[in-house]
Amino acid sequence: MPPAFVELLQFLFSGITSGAIYALVALGFALIYNASHVINFAQGEFVMLGGMITWLLLSHGIDLPLAIAGAVAATVVVGLALEKLAIEPVRDANVVTLIIITIGAGIFLRGLTSVTLGKDLHAVPAFSGNEPLELLGATIMPQSLWILGVTAAVVLALHLFFHFTILGKAILATSHNRLAARLMGVNVNFVLLLSFGLSALLGAVAGILIAPITATHFEVGIMLGLKGFAAAILGGLGSGLGAIVGGLLLGLIESLGAGYISSDYKDAMAFVVILGVLFLMPQGLFGKRGTERV
Amino acid sequence: MLHIEGLSSHYGRIQALDSVDLTIGEGELVALVGANGAGKTTLLRCLSGVQPVSAGRIVFEGQDITRAPSHRRVKLGIAQVPEGRQMFGPLSVEDNLRLGAYRRRGPKVADDLDRMYTRFPILKEKRKQSAGTLSGGQQQMLAISRALMSRPRLLLLDEPSMGLAPLLVSEIFDTVKLLKSQGTTIFLVEQNAYAALGIADRGYVLETGSVVLDDAGRALLENERVKTAYLGL
Repeated sequence: MPPAFVELLQFLFSGITSGAIYALVALGFALIYNASHVINFAQGEFVMLGGMITWLLLSHGIDLPLAIAGAVAATVVVGLALEKLAIEPVRDANVVTLIIITIGAGIFLRGLTSVTLGKDLHAVPAFSGNEPLELLGATIMPQSLWILGVTAAVVLALHLFFHFTILGKAILATSHNRLAARLMGVNVNFVLLLSFGLSALLGAVAGILIAPITATHFEVGIMLGLKGFAAAILGGLGSGLGAIVGGLLLGLIESLGAGYISSDYKDAMAFVVILGVLFLMPQGLFGKRGTERV
Repeated sequence: MLHIEGLSSHYGRIQALDSVDLTIGEGELVALVGANGAGKTTLLRCLSGVQPVSAGRIVFEGQDITRAPSHRRVKLGIAQVPEGRQMFGPLSVEDNLRLGAYRRRGPKVADDLDRMYTRFPILKEKRKQSAGTLSGGQQQMLAISRALMSRPRLLLLDEPSMGLAPLLVSEIFDTVKLLKSQGTTIFLVEQNAYAALGIADRGYVLETGSVVLDDAGRALLENERVKTAYLGL
């Protein structure tokens, strides 16, 4: 294999790995956005909690699979509580108010984590060791395969849920026409609760998958949340397919940018993408056309 | 079956309904007519629980449902065909129908689906298409079928003839008559006062949020005030 090709392949591997994580975070944004038109800026905190709680449980001697299950469950509870305690009581407030509430909730969750679990960086072991695998001359970590596999499984599960269950269709119906959904007997508060729970689940899964690669810390949610948001904007806010494509694309842009331009700008890529999309095609790749007043 | 007493409702500071009293008996077809902005749609929304009530009571089959959430009212047997049809546009025709039966489970849902397809064969033909691609008349048939999928005891119809060609309007009204003959209680809100009062057992006239007249449907058609204000005679 020519070295230039191997190098490109290496960048692609690392791009789709982080891209898959961004896609999961972006899907979380899309779910809540569809149910309520709220952009949940606490999404990154779900990601952080997934990683931090896994570390916490591991440090108490709990096995990895159980720690993962516990972290997912605890994060889902936090997501449900956020909806019940902070969003539902002010359901009729305007969207901007609700968005500000989610920003506040994010700050609160970050603060609570730093006070109770500390401000240190914690390592979480990879799921199946750190022995790199070789593929066409490039190397890939087993954790990357976990990330891609689990993300694919989650995406498939979501697809089945939304296309083949009446509850999934009720969520879609609510996002298309809230009034009609209520008239059909859909409990839209329950739909909103469910979408917060599902988003928390997606965030936690993303946080747990990435923790062995980047380590975890009470502030990892800020950057991962923003990048997931950039991915959601790129794909078109509210589009499931857009979230996945946007996530993968952002991951690739980042890793190719870092590889061929300069790794100093790696984190800047996401913001360049946000600005570029907003200037050139505000509806994103798969979003609905037209503007909306908020 | 349905008793409304002193019902008022507001949009912010603007009063849309002012102590409305209205009764619908089992098996009746009752029409509500009135000009644009008289509060007809608001009244139906209050009945379905998607518009807050500021005073008064709604009693359905002996139960006070004034504060009941919308999903409980569907379960109790109140279904609405909303103004403007309100399709789930990107979802398929069949998904729209299935969502109509959201509060029900079990094999009978499939039977009802077949029944809707028999009544409106065009819906069967287009069942895989997204509802947004249907014509206005087809969408109205779908909206009615979707509401019927909940097996309502009381069907609320909001302007079913709006925006449709005359031929389709008479088809929709034929459907309404058929539903009544099959025993469904119907509350029909219409701007097309002539057609609505023509098939109704009784009618109410709503003006700026208040009931100003109520009588048998035929009698209202002969009423001088109705003739000049709503029939253009």
